[in-house]
Amino acid sequence: MTIAAAPGPGASVEPADRGSRTRPSGRRLRRSPVTLALAIAVAALALLPLGYIAWYTVDLGWAGVRDLVLRPRVGELLWNTVRLVTGTVVCCAVLGLGAAWLVERSSVPGRRVWHVLLVAPLAVPAFVNSYAWISLLPGLDTYAGALLVVSLSYFPFVYLPLAAAFRGLDPALEDTARGLGLSTWAVFLRVQLPQLRVALLGGSLLVALHLLAEFGALQMLRYPTFTTAIYDQYRATFNGPGATMLAGVLVLLCLALLLAEIRLRGQRGYARAARGAPRPARPVSLRRLTGPTLGGLAVLVGLALVVPLGSLGYWMARGAGTALDGSALLTTTGTTLGLAAVAAVLTTAMALPTGWLAVRARGRTSTLLERSTYIGSSVPGIVVGLALVTLSIRATPWLYQTVPVLLAAYAILFLPRAIVTVRAAVEQSPALYDDVAASLGASAPARLRRITLPLLAPGIGAGAALVFLAVVTELTATLLLAPTGTTTLATAFWSASSALEYGAAAPYALVMVLLSAPATVLLSRDARRGLTP
Amino acid sequence: MSSLTVTALTKGFGATPVLRGVDLHVPAGTLTALLGPSGCGKTTLLRLVAGFDDPDSGTVAVGDRVVAGGPGRGVPARRRGIGFVPQEGGLFPHLTVAGNIGFGLPRQQRRDGGRIRALLELVGLDEALATRSPHQLSGGQQQRVALARALAPAPSLVLLDEPFSSLDAALREETRAAVAAALDAAGATAVLVTHDQAEALSMADQVAVLRDGRLVQLTDPQTLYRTPQDLDVATFVGEAVVLDADLHAGAARCALGTVPVDGPRGDGPARVLLRPEQLRLSAPAAASGEVLARVGGVDFFGHDARIRLTLADGTAVTARLDGAELPAAGASVAVTVRGSALAFPASAGTAALSA
Repeated sequence: MTIAAAPGPGASVEPADRGSRTRPSGRRLRRSPVTLALAIAVAALALLPLGYIAWYTVDLGWAGVRDLVLRPRVGELLWNTVRLVTGTVVCCAVLGLGAAWLVERSSVPGRRVWHVLLVAPLAVPAFVNSYAWISLLPGLDTYAGALLVVSLSYFPFVYLPLAAAFRGLDPALEDTARGLGLSTWAVFLRVQLPQLRVALLGGSLLVALHLLAEFGALQMLRYPTFTTAIYDQYRATFNGPGATMLAGVLVLLCLALLLAEIRLRGQRGYARAARGAPRPARPVSLRRLTGPTLGGLAVLVGLALVVPLGSLGYWMARGAGTALDGSALLTTTGTTLGLAAVAAVLTTAMALPTGWLAVRARGRTSTLLERSTYIGSSVPGIVVGLALVTLSIRATPWLYQTVPVLLAAYAILFLPRAIVTVRAAVEQSPALYDDVAASLGASAPARLRRITLPLLAPGIGAGAALVFLAVVTELTATLLLAPTGTTTLATAFWSASSALEYGAAAPYALVMVLLSAPATVLLSRDARRGLTP
Repeated sequence: MSSLTVTALTKGFGATPVLRGVDLHVPAGTLTALLGPSGCGKTTLLRLVAGFDDPDSGTVAVGDRVVAGGPGRGVPARRRGIGFVPQEGGLFPHLTVAGNIGFGLPRQQRRDGGRIRALLELVGLDEALATRSPHQLSGGQQQRVALARALAPAPSLVLLDEPFSSLDAALREETRAAVAAALDAAGATAVLVTHDQAEALSMADQVAVLRDGRLVQLTDPQTLYRTPQDLDVATFVGEAVVLDADLHAGAARCALGTVPVDGPRGDGPARVLLRPEQLRLSAPAAASGEVLARVGGVDFFGHDARIRLTLADGTAVTARLDGAELPAAGASVAVTVRGSALAFPASAGTAALSA
């Protein structure tokens, strides 16, 4: 899962004047061959799974591809996937838009509290959420069940950017429209919605991309899609061409969505034209509708948050006496935290050259390198896992089932999060500061120590934290790549819940939720960061 | 404090030449304004002097010391001892005001705080601001802190890159005065980049007009305003009335009648320059030879006013009058000229450039 997605060319807007001024020196000084080589190496790693699929497809030839792809089973999976993605995107869009409007623009009581509660479901990994539901209601293994569970897990992806976009809208426009005689509903349709279009579409695409990559939740709900089919094929035939070709179709779907995303990003920057902080908006009074509105929000939060947490609590209580193995939980937590820490440091370090070049040496090459990592990382975890398993067996058998391969998978999957934050941090530290410090007599190492690092540190830290938390709850790639005997919270939870030992699984899920909570608080505080806009 | 001497400096980015051979001398302890429209190369010149970029050819010398373009590599920015005040201040966001001002000071003086207090006083800021963060300051305060930071290591030269352009009118006036006073008190040699002619004329000891990467004119503000090098400079440094004329025996016959002309010029067709404040208006007296005009509109500024006039032959001119007695729009007035006009060759609006 990727919370932080790629910023495209339009994502960062610098005053043109200053940009044109700093560029000459930036180009001269900052594009060292070492940085460039490192960024190229990172991009190459990120593109590895994609390259593997492409190479395999070409190797197989048209006839082989036709035999494997053009069959009823694939059509069935495609239909399942498309209808689930469409349904979920619609549900998430409606829920996210409604909730964002209520929280940002209406007089509903307790808006700050609702905001946190509406972001909070992000702390519950989707596969934990579906465990919580199916363990209570075994009948949820249908299309409707899958739609319900994943919508509840994913609607914050739409809610968050929309809430941020609402906050960024200039209320003066809404006041002007009201002054021209438009009703609240007309203001929403004719003034707010057009400006929110980009955020809404961006959030929806994010939901779709996540859903294409989702494995755990759907496997748990026994809803067959490409990811689950790839996994089953992989289990059955290890690395047969069947799994790889399914992965190829899935990757094509992802790339199509990603291209749509990149195009959409090019249109950014139209929602907010005015400079400076806008006046706070005057909330629309709900009057008699306050009660029903509160009820609706309560039901949403209840389903998305209270049910999974309650279910976890129930299974904790049920399993506490019999199934809780304290030392195993402790070891697993330790292993997970260790892996996550190493992966966070590694991935952030890998993000530095790319993020640096993207800002300080703007141009075709750095855009291409940045895009490559995003495209590479859009590949679902199941595909990354599959590709790395096969590649390590064929090319580097001594690396098969070792920690470095697992770390490489984490890096490939979560690079965009680190790059987004590093890049934002570099933007906060324009080359101008470097120049001024030099004019004040500071040497290059002194400038790095006194200016660049202090300015980048928060961004680097935030990027590392995001990667850390993503690794803590990563399931799919870990299932395929973890060395024998290495269990993480997610895989321990998975094997317990797959064996229907719900009580034994609960403690692992709880630790994951507790570890994810801080990131959620971070996201709810600063919705502009991390998520799309 | 040292003088600055720039000789035959050129610089291009890619195929685009930005500076085409600039010579400039700034005497020690004076303030020179680099004036020019945007894109004329003034910021590039500043960056070359500061050492942020290297020139393609030519030299930069501070005092007797050649810092760029001499034998061997140029002196890096950090060894030039040149203070730099960027647009919008460019204060380090992670440091307090005191941390910013003390950035270029040796560690010991940074701790001591006496020097920082002295610098705050020099730029007219309260000592209490020392512990604030840059984002808690107004734009004008940020500029003053940026100047204090640049002056702290006692540089031999201070460069200011459009330091007032982001401030609103009232704040700009006040900050400009504070900065001028601080530079004066420090006895600093300073180069100020600006595209605001009023700022250049009012602050600088000498003004260097830059156009298309060349130095067009380098002189004191009054001379620049009264005898600009060519009509382009004339219209750039202030409002102008430019008329076609016929020169004969030290006088120009033009749409405003016969006006005396300064300087030796040959007889024949020419273009003459008058400043709007040279035009006087009076009630028409029906005398012969009187130049009549119709008032097209009045822009009232309080302290004075701009009168838009249309002459009998259709030529549009403007006059500047003090605000006491103003004609009404549509009125008919008689126009007379005070003082003399400046003549330029008739052929072109742009005279031959001489660097």
